[in-house]
Amino acid sequence: MALLEIRKVTRRFGSYTAVDNVSISVETGEFFTLLGPSGCGKTTLLRMIAGFDMPDSGQILLDGEDMMGTPPEKRPVHTVFQTYALFPHMTVSDNISFPLKMAGNTPRDIQSRVMEALDNVRLSNFGNRFPHELSGGQKQRVAFARGLVNRPRLLLLDEPLGALDAKLREEMQIELINLQKNVGVTFVFVTHAQNEALALSHRIAVMNQGNVEQVDEPSKIYGFPRNRFVADFIGKISMINALVVETTPSHLKLDIAELGEVTTISKEGIKVGDKGVMAIRPEQVRISHPSDEVVLKNHFLGTVHDLLYVGDVTTYIVELANGAHIKALLPNSAPGRAKFFEVGDRVGVSWRQDAGIFLND
Amino acid sequence: MIKGNLKRDKENRIAKFLVSGPPLLFLIVFFAAPSLIMILTSFRFPGEFGGLAPLVSPAGAAPGEFGLTPEAYQFFFSNVLYAEIFLKSFGVAAATTLICLIMAYPLALLIARSEKRFRNLMVLLVVLPFASNFLIRIYAWMIILGPESGFSHAVNAVLGAFGMGPVTLLFSPFAVMVGMVYVHLPFMVLPLYTNLEKHDSSLLDAALDLGASAWQRFWLITWPLSLPGVFSGAALVFIPVLGMFAVPDILGGTGDILIGNLIKDQFLGTRDWPFGSALSIMLTLAVLSVAGLATWFARSAIGSVHKV
Repeated sequence: MALLEIRKVTRRFGSYTAVDNVSISVETGEFFTLLGPSGCGKTTLLRMIAGFDMPDSGQILLDGEDMMGTPPEKRPVHTVFQTYALFPHMTVSDNISFPLKMAGNTPRDIQSRVMEALDNVRLSNFGNRFPHELSGGQKQRVAFARGLVNRPRLLLLDEPLGALDAKLREEMQIELINLQKNVGVTFVFVTHAQNEALALSHRIAVMNQGNVEQVDEPSKIYGFPRNRFVADFIGKISMINALVVETTPSHLKLDIAELGEVTTISKEGIKVGDKGVMAIRPEQVRISHPSDEVVLKNHFLGTVHDLLYVGDVTTYIVELANGAHIKALLPNSAPGRAKFFEVGDRVGVSWRQDAGIFLND
Repeated sequence: MIKGNLKRDKENRIAKFLVSGPPLLFLIVFFAAPSLIMILTSFRFPGEFGGLAPLVSPAGAAPGEFGLTPEAYQFFFSNVLYAEIFLKSFGVAAATTLICLIMAYPLALLIARSEKRFRNLMVLLVVLPFASNFLIRIYAWMIILGPESGFSHAVNAVLGAFGMGPVTLLFSPFAVMVGMVYVHLPFMVLPLYTNLEKHDSSLLDAALDLGASAWQRFWLITWPLSLPGVFSGAALVFIPVLGMFAVPDILGGTGDILIGNLIKDQFLGTRDWPFGSALSIMLTLAVLSVAGLATWFARSAIGSVHKV
């Protein structure tokens, strides 16, 4: 039985449907992420799991028990808020002991568990500090410790890393993974940052306009997006209009107007004549000099239209014969080299037959 | 660059002085100087027909009460009646403050938790009574609490039903307390509201989420975080009530005299300026020591909240 089961939950605000008939189940011990752009309903869903908001229809079950009549303070679920929401008039220790006191633990028990929690987030010497005496990352760790100290069945995290700068964010991501591994508590994490979701999660639910578009492991979400929204939202991808002309058990043959035929891996439910796009990630596209010999079947010539240098890699946007653009990523492996091609250069682009995917309309 | 900075620093200093000069001057002329005059006056002899006796004996006059004397203070400490009035006044001030706090807190909380667009209107309603004159409002209470008022009849009817009464509401400690609370309530509501309005609602969400009941959320989060507002509200009520003479004058009976009335009488009634000044100085000292104690207490109670 799943730890958390969301069954056909709908939540409307006036005429606006924030969460539309969503069903998700989260297993014990999982690091589960709700990912989507702002306004996709992920925070509303999280608030309903915490009990701050009630679904208009549908059920939320925790350990098989319907949470409908259970108020937030009675749910074995804690939330880490984006703004941390640390109590400013309490020391770090008092903040962390708060849920233990509310649960009626004995002072001795509280003390040892607070010590343990402080230790878990490497803040053993900060127990007597007040929140305003801490850095952003330290506040964040106190918020984690407070949420985890009395071992909730589920910890909800509402964009907890959103307020941190990029470098600290990366450190906290690693810390968060380790923390979750150590305490073994199930995490439901909300974010709009796709790279954060990919880095942290066991599974991701991609949400859009109140609907769940795809629930999968990060590599599946990235590698095999189910539709154009997911493909576009997660990472970078090039999409070129295409028509299915042949299906085999292992491959699809697509026709791209004014360009030619490409081969991609097969996909269930696709038949000859389906319209859609051929989608391919920039790192799967090889860029080469037009004269280089290429063994790959999917091979076209084009012109470098634009390029974007970000240090480790450079992304080349190549215009193909039919005017479509395709992105190709090339690591700057030569020291000091910012690019291997210039804008306007004639180049060849190619990719493996199992690289691209077909997404129908 | 550095030279430019120095020049700017100098300009800043001049600007600071220009801005803070006039109010500073105002305070010196109308606060510091009068306070010194009061201190001096309290050590002088009263004049024969009110006012003050000359500091030096005029030529040809019989030797008498001229120069400086601690007589007013000796008089104050020689009669226990004055200590009693002081004590009673502090009691009334404390009671008014407490009642104001109990009445203002839910109101301030209600305003602070209302929708934003209603808040200003509600604050306006709280301060609206200031639009009419203070004395007129107190006289209005005279009518409301008067023996022929509907309110008095209603109270006595209820008391009568329980076999008690009838009571006279006006000219009683009760009437004084009603007037005091009525006049000072907005001074408690406003600082409380200003404080409560700034509270981060996610703290209450967090407390709820971590298992706190409604009562625990109030006592452990809202109340301690509102202490700065409570203390400033208390100061704004407690201190003016101590000096208040109009409310006991109009609504109180003969036995409801407070320090304010006593001081006023020394200047306008008995015409004993030195004694009136001495009473004022004693009141100021008493208020300062209470305020000092309260500050010390507040610091220890809310030290951490202030820094946020």
